[in-house]
Amino acid sequence: MFSIDKVSMSYRSGVFFSGKRHSVLSDISFQWTPGECLGIIGESGSGKSTLGKLLLGIQKPDSGTILWNGKAVTDHKNRRGSISAVFQDYTSSINPFYTVEKALLEPLLHIGASGKPPYPVLDSLLEQVGLDSSCRGKYPHELSGGEAQRVCIARALSTKPQCILFDEAISSLDGSVQMQILELLKELSSTEKMGFIFITHDIGAAAYLCSRLIIMQDGTIREIVHTDQLKSVETSYAKKLLNSVIL
Amino acid sequence: MKDLVVSKLRIWDSRSGAALVEDSSFTVKAGKCLAIVGESGSGKSLTCRAIMRLNKAGLRQSGDIWLGDIKLTALTEKEIRRIRGTKLCLILQNGMRAFDPSSTIGSSVRETLAWHYGWSRSEMIGKMAKAMTAVKLDDYLRILNSYPHQLSGGMLQRMMIALAIVLEPEVVIADEPTTALDTVSQFEVLQQFALLRERLGCTMVFVSHDLGCVKKLADEVLIMKNGVIVEKGAASDIFHAPRHDYTRYLVTAKTSVNQHFRRLMGGDSFVFH
Repeated sequence: MFSIDKVSMSYRSGVFFSGKRHSVLSDISFQWTPGECLGIIGESGSGKSTLGKLLLGIQKPDSGTILWNGKAVTDHKNRRGSISAVFQDYTSSINPFYTVEKALLEPLLHIGASGKPPYPVLDSLLEQVGLDSSCRGKYPHELSGGEAQRVCIARALSTKPQCILFDEAISSLDGSVQMQILELLKELSSTEKMGFIFITHDIGAAAYLCSRLIIMQDGTIREIVHTDQLKSVETSYAKKLLNSVIL
Repeated sequence: MKDLVVSKLRIWDSRSGAALVEDSSFTVKAGKCLAIVGESGSGKSLTCRAIMRLNKAGLRQSGDIWLGDIKLTALTEKEIRRIRGTKLCLILQNGMRAFDPSSTIGSSVRETLAWHYGWSRSEMIGKMAKAMTAVKLDDYLRILNSYPHQLSGGMLQRMMIALAIVLEPEVVIADEPTTALDTVSQFEVLQQFALLRERLGCTMVFVSHDLGCVKKLADEVLIMKNGVIVEKGAASDIFHAPRHDYTRYLVTAKTSVNQHFRRLMGGDSFVFH
């Protein structure tokens, strides 16, 4: 359960010590319930990714609160193993000196696994995302973009988190690979009862996967709409956004 | 206006000898738009760069490329440099990397225009202002005085289109121009491309893996896989009656997403007012 209440965020802009601040997010409030698939859509520069970082507890908001199961998300003890993330840039998401196996083990060690690596678990994780167990010994540069992104998803799944946050995770992949990943996520959400927060500018993909969409512009929430009522959006910005989808 | 003819183009890595593009031949008729479609690593960008002769030194190419009666592959480095920009124009995917990050947009543009045409400063600014208003970059003085990192991806992409308008090339090659952009800017940039074709009547090679964009612009489509052309034909044929399995796979890949979206929006022709 995420409760986001009146969150605002700004970055310093201009020259050193100038104190000028540029507001990125203002007065954001919404709730996320376990198992929900929530999409956050908007143009680049609308503050989607900053919001993602705040949700992950990587950054602190200037004001407002973000609670994860009732506790502050910024304390890593509260979120350890229960929130995962998959980012857009798959090439830089995996340590280039790690094999796939080592990359998958990293979060498991972090939540306190010890002793011999649980190979059957790793194999089943890889199988879940549609990769062969022979991938285990490969290094990131030996994988294609789609494969690397699947490894990132497998790694995010490894701790069985309640919520996985995807920040433009499929935007830089080819159309057909995008489709495979979307199908995979759809399957995971129904079989594992896992919840997602899906940040993207690809409205078609977000509408396909998510049950609720947050439409953002210039750091504010313009509209929150259930996907099946997408047709009846009210704000002019949401209409403009939906009109510019290229099918 | 002249046809662009590529015949028996082969590109290979000079060190390993591995062929990256194999025996690729196609013709783009004057004033038409050819789209090259394929997944990453299929040799789309290599083909484009081979036409401009901009591939890295480790890559070799053979085969002939003609622009009307000029044989591009027989030109010296100095001659092709004259052709790039004035006759051929390349629009890249990443606007941030296409402009010099250490100088303002204006000075990058001035450098290009001075090299090709030797116009005076006021002439350049006048022409740029006109072109930039055409692509909806209204505040042109501010944009010319800013550095690439101060502008958004869509603005930089439109800036490249504006530059293409001023240079008035015969062939515009666009290498994944909309891939790095968000939905709204993608839509706007695509509109600008359509306008660019109207204005200049130029021949266009449009590289993309997004079939939605291709459908909007292209007259003819060429499908590449692993460096080989698997199918080519008129855009309507490719989309409605694909012959090759791979083409069918590409065309149907995103249908379920698109159909779902159409269903949500209640039919094919939704437009909000």
